[in-house]
Amino acid sequence: MNKLTQRIDKERLLLGIAAPLLAVVAALVVTTLVILATGKNPFDAFSDMVTYGTASDSQVYILNKATTYYLAGVSVAIGFRMNLFNIGVDGQYRIAAFFAAVLGGALTTPGWISIPLIILCAMATGALWAAIAGVLKVTRGVSEVISTIMLNSIATAIIAYLLQPGKLAELQAGGTVVSTKPLPESSYFFQIDTGAAGELWGFIVIAVIVGIAYWFVLGRTRFGFDLRTVGQSESAASASGVSVKKMIATSMVISGAVAGLIGMPTLLNDSHQFSNDFPVGIGFTGIAIALLGRNNPVGIALGALLWGFLERTTNHLEFEGYDKEILGVIQGVIVLCVVIAYEVVRRYGLKRQQQRVGAELAAQAATPTQKQEVA
Amino acid sequence: MHALCGENGAGKSTLMKILYGMQQPDEGTITVNGETVTFHTPADAIGRGIGMVHQHFMLADNLTVLENVVLGAEKLYGIGAKARAKIREISDAYSLNIRPDVLLEELGVADRQRVEILKVLYRGAKTLILDEPTAVLVPQEVDALFDNLRELKAEGLTVIFISHKLGEVLSVADEITVIRRGTTVATVEPAGTTSKQLAELMVGSELPTPETEESTVTDVALLQLDGLRLAQTDLDGVERIILDDISFTIHKGEVLGIAGVEGNGQSELVEAIMGIRTPDAGTVTLDGTDISHVPTRNRREAGVGYIPEDRHRHGLLLEAPLWENRILGHVTEKPNSRGQLLDIKGARTDTERIIQAYDVRTPGIDVTAASLSGGNQQKLIVGREMSHAPKLLIAAHPTRGVDVGAQAAIWDHIREARREGLAVLLISADLDELIGLSDTLRVMYRGRLVADADPATITPEELGSAMTGAASGHLEHAEGSTGGSAAVSAEDDEDDAR
Repeated sequence: MNKLTQRIDKERLLLGIAAPLLAVVAALVVTTLVILATGKNPFDAFSDMVTYGTASDSQVYILNKATTYYLAGVSVAIGFRMNLFNIGVDGQYRIAAFFAAVLGGALTTPGWISIPLIILCAMATGALWAAIAGVLKVTRGVSEVISTIMLNSIATAIIAYLLQPGKLAELQAGGTVVSTKPLPESSYFFQIDTGAAGELWGFIVIAVIVGIAYWFVLGRTRFGFDLRTVGQSESAASASGVSVKKMIATSMVISGAVAGLIGMPTLLNDSHQFSNDFPVGIGFTGIAIALLGRNNPVGIALGALLWGFLERTTNHLEFEGYDKEILGVIQGVIVLCVVIAYEVVRRYGLKRQQQRVGAELAAQAATPTQKQEVA
Repeated sequence: MHALCGENGAGKSTLMKILYGMQQPDEGTITVNGETVTFHTPADAIGRGIGMVHQHFMLADNLTVLENVVLGAEKLYGIGAKARAKIREISDAYSLNIRPDVLLEELGVADRQRVEILKVLYRGAKTLILDEPTAVLVPQEVDALFDNLRELKAEGLTVIFISHKLGEVLSVADEITVIRRGTTVATVEPAGTTSKQLAELMVGSELPTPETEESTVTDVALLQLDGLRLAQTDLDGVERIILDDISFTIHKGEVLGIAGVEGNGQSELVEAIMGIRTPDAGTVTLDGTDISHVPTRNRREAGVGYIPEDRHRHGLLLEAPLWENRILGHVTEKPNSRGQLLDIKGARTDTERIIQAYDVRTPGIDVTAASLSGGNQQKLIVGREMSHAPKLLIAAHPTRGVDVGAQAAIWDHIREARREGLAVLLISADLDELIGLSDTLRVMYRGRLVADADPATITPEELGSAMTGAASGHLEHAEGSTGGSAAVSAEDDEDDAR
C-alpha cells in the first residue's frame, strides 16, 4: 500500500512539472513560427538569448528583476489560493511605493529606523488599498475583480495628482523629471557588489523570506489551512467553522500588504525616489507569474526568473535586428498555454487517480483479505 | 401506461435518466421494440422515439409556444407555417388545446406542461416519460392531464409515469412497477392491488429495519432548542417563514429523529444549530450553555459533530487528500494542530487510524477525497466526526447514497456512540432508518414540528401520512387501521399538491 502511495505522489509530481514544461515548449514552437514568419532565423535568436542571458551581468539583472516579480507573484497567489482574483495588485504596489517614497524622503532618522519604517508604510498602504476591495466584497458583494480594476485607476489618478511640484513632489535639478524627494543615502537598502556584473539588490533576501513565510503560513498553520479551505470550497469552509467573510477580508489585506513590497526593491535599491518613470504594470506580470508557478512558492520563483530572463534577452534581440515585440508574443503564449495545460493536466490527473484507486480497490476485493471480513 | 413508484431516492429518477441517455448504466440492456439499444445522449433516445417531460419545465418564458417547440428541432418542420401546422395537428389529435403563438409567460403551469408534452411529440416520440408530472398541478389539472394521457394511450403511444402518489398511480396506470433502493420489488396490476399493499411494497416494511435496542435515554438534557424562528425575504420582497417556533430537547443517549418531506426546513434547522445560519429568534442551549450567538467553530469545539446532508458541498474538500479532509472542521483540535500550527504528522497518523477503524476502502491517505466512492467518503466523515468525542451528533441523511454494507456500519457507529451517552439529531428521508434508530420522532412540516410519534409502535405509512401535514399532535398507532391510514396517505398527497 505504501508503494502505491509513493507511486501516486511521484506521478503527481510528474504531472505538476508536465504542465509548465508543456506550456514553455508550446510557447517556443509558436515563437519559432513567429520569427520564421518575420523572415529571420529563430535558432540564431534562441542561441543568442541563451548566451546573452547566461552572461554574469545578465544574471544579476535577471535576479534583480525577478525579486520584484517574485513579490508580485506571491501577492497575486495569496488571492488565488482563496479564489480571489486580486487584479488590484498593480494599483496597490504603485500607491504603496509612492507614499513610502514620500515618507522616505521626509525621514532624517538613521537607516536602521528609516528602512523598516518605509517598508512598513508601503505594506500598510498596500493593505489599506486592498482592504477597500475586501470590505466592499464582504459587505456589499462587489466583485473584487471590478473593484480592484477601478481602484487601479483611482490609484493612478491620486498619484498623478500628488506627484506635482508643490504637492508631494518636487522638480528635479535637470528640470525635466518630477519626483518625490529622494531618499537620503542612509535609507538605501544594502547591495551585494558582484564586481563587473553589477550590484545585486539586497531586497532579494526579503523576497526569499516572503516566499518562506508564504509556504509556512499556508501549509503549516491553522490560518493557512482555513484559507485554503475557503479557496477550495466556501460551503465546506463555512460548515467547518471558518468565517468566510472574515477570511476574504483578511486574505485581501495580506495580499495587499505583500503587494506593497513590490515597489520596494526598485525604491530602496535602485531609483531611491518615486518619479513618473517608476515601473508600472508589474501587478499584471504578477498574475502571469502566479499562474505559471501554480501558486507554489518555488514555482513562482522559477516563473519570476523566466520572466526576467525573457525580458533581458529579448531586449538584446532588438540590437540583433529582431523585432522587440517577440517578448510580448512569447509571454502571451506562455500564459495562454499554461492556463490550458494546467486545466488539462489537472483533469487528467484527477481522472487517472480515480481510475487507479478504483482498480486498486477492485484488486483488493478480488483477493479476499481480513479487511473484507470486517465489512 | 406504465407507472413507476418508489420512495425518494429509490432510484426512479436515475432509471429514467438512463432510459433517456443522460446517464450510462454499468450493466444491463435496454430493449426498444425488440431491439437492444444503447443511449449515449438524449438525442439517441429521441431518435428511438423516447421523449421525456421533466419535472422542472425546460421552457423559455420570453418565446412563444411555437418557438419553444421548434427550438433545437428546427430541422424537422422548419420554423414557420409548416411547424405551426404540425403543432396544430398534434394538438388536435390529442386534444392538447395548444395555441402556438401565445407567449409562454402568459401560460399557467398546466398549459406549460402540455407544451412540454407537445414538444416531445413534435420530435416524434412514441414513448413518453413523465417525471412526477402531477407534483405541480392542482387536482382538476391532474384530471385533465390524465385525460390527455389516456388520449395518447388510445392513439397507441406508451406512457411511463413516475410518481409516489399511490392514488394517482392506481387510478391511471395499466401496470405498476415498484422500486426500492435501486431494485425492482414488484410489478403489479392496479386492479388487484390496494394502496396499502403498494405502500408496503414501496417502504418495504417487511424488510429487516435497523433494530431498536434497549433505550439508553437519560434524563440529562443536552441540546435544548427554544422558540427557534427563521424567516427569509425572497426576491419579491415576500417574507417566507422557514423555521417557525421550533422547540425540542435531546437528552444524553437519545436519538431524536425528524421526519419530513425534504424542503420543509430540515436543512435550515441543522444550519441554525450549527451556527451557519443565524435564527431571528429563539435560543440554542448545549449542555447548559447558551450557544445561540457562538460561532460555528466554537460550537464544533464544544462537542458538536456534524454529518452534513450534502457531503460534497459541506463535508469534504474533494480535491484535497484524505488527511487534509480529516483536518477539515477540526483544525483547532488535537491531533490536527498544536497551538496555531498544524500537526501534519498527527493528522496523518490519525487518518490512518480512521481508515482502519471505519473500514474506509482506499489505497492510501494521499489520494483525493474525490477518488473515493460515496460510501467510503461518508465513512471517512463519520469517522472524523466521531473522533472528537462529540456530545451531540447532527446526522443529516447519514446513509444517503451509501451502499448497504456501509449503511449498516454507519448505523452501528451511531448506536454505539448513543450507548456512551451521545445525543443525536437524526434527519432522514429513509423512514426505516428513522424509525429504527430514533428514540423519539418528530414530524416537520412547513417549518413547524407538527407531530410526534413513538418509533416503537409507529409504521412508515402512518409517519408518511403525517409528513404531508395531514396529522398533527401525538400520533398513536391504531391497531388494524393501517389500511385506512395508507389510503389517507394517498389522498393527502393530492391535498399536498393542491
